[in-house]
Amino acid sequence: MSTATKSKELTKQKALFEYLVRLADDRLILGHRLSEWCGHGPILEEDIALANIALDYIGHAANLYEYAVEIEGEGRHRDDLVYFRNDPEYKNLKLVELPKGDFGFTIARQFLFSSYSYYLYQLLSDIEDEQIRGMVEKHFKEVKYHLRHSREWILRLGDGTEESHSRIQDAFNDMWTYVGELFYQDEVDEFLQEKNLAADTASFKSDWKDLVTDTLEEATLDVPDWNQFMVEGSRQGLHTEHLGHLLAEMQHLRRSYPDADWE
Amino acid sequence: MSKENENNSEDTQWPLWEVFTQPRDGKPHEHAGSLHAPDAEKALENARDVYTRRKEAVNLWVVPSNQIVASKGEDEGPFFDPADDKPYRHPQFYSVPRVSKRRS
Repeated sequence: MSTATKSKELTKQKALFEYLVRLADDRLILGHRLSEWCGHGPILEEDIALANIALDYIGHAANLYEYAVEIEGEGRHRDDLVYFRNDPEYKNLKLVELPKGDFGFTIARQFLFSSYSYYLYQLLSDIEDEQIRGMVEKHFKEVKYHLRHSREWILRLGDGTEESHSRIQDAFNDMWTYVGELFYQDEVDEFLQEKNLAADTASFKSDWKDLVTDTLEEATLDVPDWNQFMVEGSRQGLHTEHLGHLLAEMQHLRRSYPDADWE
Repeated sequence: MSKENENNSEDTQWPLWEVFTQPRDGKPHEHAGSLHAPDAEKALENARDVYTRRKEAVNLWVVPSNQIVASKGEDEGPFFDPADDKPYRHPQFYSVPRVSKRRS
């Protein structure tokens, strides 16, 4: 893409593009996973709730991609990022690409991701980029609702029936190895943090852990071992086998008819 | 759900709630519809998702449907018919003096 001789050298432009794409990929892929509940929710009202949240995420991702291609300045459209990248080029966390599982799995992931986003957006509200701050202000309201929705479900499923308890506990146990990556940071983050253009996730890690711990304990659930083995590599484009299938479904139509237009 | 339901063993839905939305500050809450929810907090959340996603409300009430006391069909005569021949119950029945009319 770039003909610059020092293409490895980070610039503000490159770092910000990468940062925005990471944020957007998380939200697009999770939104797509949630959209798979549409028509399959356990009850009509929850079906609508999950579809609403899916649309929120896809909307957040659309805004972030739009800004990313503007920063990039190569005339790409946000849809080019969505429909014409393969899985190694996607930088989303593996946590969000895992299959939707049962309702308990979906809700456990929603809780972990939206509580993380809750702290992340607090920091993003203060960074030195007016456009990001503007987006965040709008998205944050929805993130707060996502947290409320999922947290209330954790309490009910954990402290509900024997079956709901064991299913939500299994869900947390199964996805735990993927939560370490939420706090992965590399030179892109550090480069931007120096300019106050990115959030330092390390600064809220212990608050986030407290919120998760308190909620799980209130829900009579066991908190899995924070020090267990955690997978890595998502931000370098390493993914589970599930992402390729998701992308195939999401991208198939657009790639078959690349110039198709709504009439 | 395997929980027994007092009313109907075939019904696997959660209890029914009535939703009232307030369109703007100062306006009365209006009945918007109903929904199922396991408890009050989830009823509020479901009401938000089902009835207020397009800025229809600034405030929400949810009420368990079985807490609403309604008049019955057979009450229709005794409750409402007597109003038919009492036009003096409407303010228009009285002519208002001109002066005060203009003032208002």
